[in-house]
Amino acid sequence: MDVEELKKRIEEALGGLVKGIEEGKGFIDVIVDLDNIVEAASRLKELGFDHVKSLTVIDYPKENRFRVIYHASSYLDEELAKYIVGIGADVPRDNPRMPTLVYVWRGVEFQEREVYEFFGIEFTGHPDMRPLLLVPQLAEAKPLRKEFIVKEEPIIRVKPPTG
Amino acid sequence: MSVWVYGEQKSDLKIEGAIARRIAEDLYEVFIGPQHPGSGHMRIIIRVDGDIIVDADPDMGYVHRTMEKLSEGREWIKNIPLFERMAIHDACNVTVSYVIALERILGIEPPPRARYLRTLLCEINRIAAHLYGFGIFGVFMGHSTMYMWSFADREVMVELAEKLTGARLTHSYPIPGGARRDLPQDFPDQARKAVRYFRRRLEEYRKIFLDNPVMRSRMEGVGVIPKKVAAELGVVGPVARASGIKYDARLAEPYDAYDEVEFEVPVFEEGDALARAWVKFEEIKQSLRIIEQAVDWLEKHQREAPMHPKFWERSPPLWKKVFEAEGRVKLLPLMANLKLPPGKAMARSETARGEIVYYVESDGKTTPYRVRIVSPSARNAIVFKYIVPGYRVMDLPTIYGSIDYFPPEADR
Repeated sequence: MDVEELKKRIEEALGGLVKGIEEGKGFIDVIVDLDNIVEAASRLKELGFDHVKSLTVIDYPKENRFRVIYHASSYLDEELAKYIVGIGADVPRDNPRMPTLVYVWRGVEFQEREVYEFFGIEFTGHPDMRPLLLVPQLAEAKPLRKEFIVKEEPIIRVKPPTG
Repeated sequence: MSVWVYGEQKSDLKIEGAIARRIAEDLYEVFIGPQHPGSGHMRIIIRVDGDIIVDADPDMGYVHRTMEKLSEGREWIKNIPLFERMAIHDACNVTVSYVIALERILGIEPPPRARYLRTLLCEINRIAAHLYGFGIFGVFMGHSTMYMWSFADREVMVELAEKLTGARLTHSYPIPGGARRDLPQDFPDQARKAVRYFRRRLEEYRKIFLDNPVMRSRMEGVGVIPKKVAAELGVVGPVARASGIKYDARLAEPYDAYDEVEFEVPVFEEGDALARAWVKFEEIKQSLRIIEQAVDWLEKHQREAPMHPKFWERSPPLWKKVFEAEGRVKLLPLMANLKLPPGKAMARSETARGEIVYYVESDGKTTPYRVRIVSPSARNAIVFKYIVPGYRVMDLPTIYGSIDYFPPEADR
């Protein structure tokens, strides 16, 4: 099975839900509407993509959106294991909410908590929506958003004393 | 009222800093870590009924360093030493997939010699990391001989890595388009000697640890993860392979020289702590095989610059002179301000603890737009929540050690 065939299979399985397919190097992203993401993810799971490798979120402040992608692959189907297929949607920056996919893939539970603390995206229906890695005060700053700037201490060169 | 916890009388809710808290009739909350000797830089909040765990909540983040954010402010090449800090004893495996992602965006492939050199270091790292894991596992279970032995034997592999790269840990060896150094002349013989030593030594490990009746009684049937559950939770590496999932990033998407060397991926069906220990044990044997093959290949083939011609041709004459005289590739000056074309790439590699995934997005600048890292321990942490309940408190160190959970890598 090559990439083209895989795309065809995904399009068949997802039907009219597909808004667009973006090809990256080493993966494919299937973009759907935010309202359809749970349905699309369930169909992708039925196809054999049984686990999520990475819940990737990218912040595009100029376009006022987050791109949220669940990069899934397969353990039990060796043919599908060669590919990483992402199912994603755009989440508006001013209303960062989306339905949880925990009930589709149990493995994303901790990663959704991570996204919640770093980007402030709330997953409605998540069983345990609290920060995972950060303390609550830091989580409020949403450190992975682009407007959060890390202040680094500069390297200061001091001339050695002469004589 | 007062209660008994671990044979010691503690006043309930009245003493500040008490480790146990009564939350319901016959139900107590116990904090394991972060200073508990059996946990490392991580805390597991467990609720116990008698000594049966009924609920576990892993509390991570004690060694979190925001690597994903820090990487956005650093040049492409400077992120390699940063990401190595996730697992310093497994440095090559952890960073090689980041480098491969960069190569995919650049559209280049390293020359064969560089691919074999990287594979060689990856396997040296894998053995060292597994021995580290065995050592920690041993000391968790009170088997101090295993701890002493594996930490001492790990030195052999660390010294091999030092000989190859110049650094015992944090080698920063793979760079986009190649590797940093070529083999020293006496490396092949030393590597073969190490392989012979380990083959003999592993047999002793088996006798004293894996086939030790005391250890077996503590590991067998403990922390069982059935195959379906393992796939559902998305666990990786030896944890998944001990549950019957035949998945290895080296097989699924061969990188470097893994499609040219011969090796097997050990898979066990039982899914318990003992099976996880056996997977690691068998993997060390396979890594020894790969080291032998890589060293043979490198010895047989003529030396060439382990760097993609696109970069190597643009290197100053001094660099070429150093390479001819010492077989050493100095870091090319153009690497410091390397610009990547806009694009996005994903790459995965198999570290000792499992698969690590990088998502890299470039917008054409000298720094990344976004790097997403999902490390194996971060994906395995969910096991504590869903597998630990139902076992006894005394089984917790066994499960923790067998998963080989490594907090700095999980927290990133």
